[in-house]
Amino acid sequence: MKKLINTVGEYFMLLGKVLRKPDNWKAFRRQLFYELKVLGIDSLPIACIISAFVGAAVVIQFAASLSNPIYPTWITGYTTRKAIMLEFAPTMIGLVLAGKVGSRIASELGTMRITEQIDALNIMGVNSANYLIFPKIVAFVLSSPVIVILSVFSALAGGWLFGMISGAMSSYEFLDGVQLEFDSYDMFYGMAKGLVYNFIIASVSSYRGYTVTGGALEVGQASTRAVVESCIVLIAANLALTSILI
Amino acid sequence: MIEIKDIYKNFGEKQVLKGISTVFETGKTNLVIGRSGSGKTVLVKTVSGLETATSGEIFYDGRQLSTMNDHQTTALKREIGMVFQGGALFDSLTVAENVKFPLLMFSKMSNAEMDKRVDFCLERVALPNTHKLYASELSGGMRKRVAIARAIVANPKYLFCDEPNSGLDPQTSILIDKLIKEITEELNITTIINTHDMNSVLEIGEHIVFINEGHLWWEGNRHEVITCQNKELNDFLFNNEITKRLKQ
Repeated sequence: MKKLINTVGEYFMLLGKVLRKPDNWKAFRRQLFYELKVLGIDSLPIACIISAFVGAAVVIQFAASLSNPIYPTWITGYTTRKAIMLEFAPTMIGLVLAGKVGSRIASELGTMRITEQIDALNIMGVNSANYLIFPKIVAFVLSSPVIVILSVFSALAGGWLFGMISGAMSSYEFLDGVQLEFDSYDMFYGMAKGLVYNFIIASVSSYRGYTVTGGALEVGQASTRAVVESCIVLIAANLALTSILI
Repeated sequence: MIEIKDIYKNFGEKQVLKGISTVFETGKTNLVIGRSGSGKTVLVKTVSGLETATSGEIFYDGRQLSTMNDHQTTALKREIGMVFQGGALFDSLTVAENVKFPLLMFSKMSNAEMDKRVDFCLERVALPNTHKLYASELSGGMRKRVAIARAIVANPKYLFCDEPNSGLDPQTSILIDKLIKEITEELNITTIINTHDMNSVLEIGEHIVFINEGHLWWEGNRHEVITCQNKELNDFLFNNEITKRLKQ
């Protein structure tokens, strides 16, 4: 318990160093664009591919469960859209990105720590936490709406395509359901979750990487811990956000 | 000049530095020597501000480190250059970008002025035409020289070198030693080198501090090393037949 309190305390102290005015805005901008590419744009393909397959699986599940003639024909499209926008797109992609982005951030910062590159920044008078971590958090949070929107579209497209190929329903039935009673709050809800998740992934993984001590073995362990802890915090945040936003 | 008074440094219950006091003078190559685990790296890191002393005082030209606020500490750090054991070059940047980094962060120079300064520093460490290489493409000696160029690019007043010769062949070691000594004299800076290299001690040791089990055991210069009768120092430096004969 004491260790957990220490860790949480250290995490917030690190955030205190990170969330400050950058020493040099030009350097910050350069880092931000770099991180937008490696953390944001490079995450889009995997987010879209996984979303498409998840969307297809969701459609098959719903189509099978709601095949009773008592249900209207649009029900599969409608429930698929709701499930994807509210839960699958932000949360499942959040967990996937915790693996991809979390391990990348932790291993990059951990390697910089053990090769004394972070000490080199500190001795120059650079706020190393701010210089290295702040652009990662900002870039990944800014990428979040794009990732969530593309993820929703990919999932619905995957569901529509696979639903038609498998004969689970007609294109008209699916699209009718998807468009029925569309509430823009659902999109806001999904994006709000995505913003929080991306902040959690970037900050928790940065904390684990930045505070590594030791050698290559410890960098590997930090990378694993970054992914596991990001996932746990993300799932806990999902419960809290669902209770608040729904 | 850097003066340290009664420095203690603990890690948990382990006391690593035990009341060390000395003066590192400007324009001289000050060597901190000692066995592995003696506390010499901790001493250099504590003096440079990378570690915080448990007790004791450090003065940079009369400015007391422990009483400085954040702004003053940051300003002081910009007067410090450091050469790390492995070079600590930024992997994602080229040689020129590595050397230019401190200028990009803090100087008000134009881009052309910065490039000119980078060219000068790389030529000074005998690495012209390496601007576009990445750290992974450099040999150990080249990495150290790039690290020296980066450390001096912003005209530091204080230069710290953590085992600059480790992992290098004897010839390259001597080149690096001479380079550091020349730069120290040219720029009139306070240089502190942490080493356990016998050649460095005899070549450039203008002020030598011998640390043993966290205590300052002996201090003097390279000439006094030959004649000194301190048993621990002699055991450390003159530990094989050739060096024992040299001592005799």
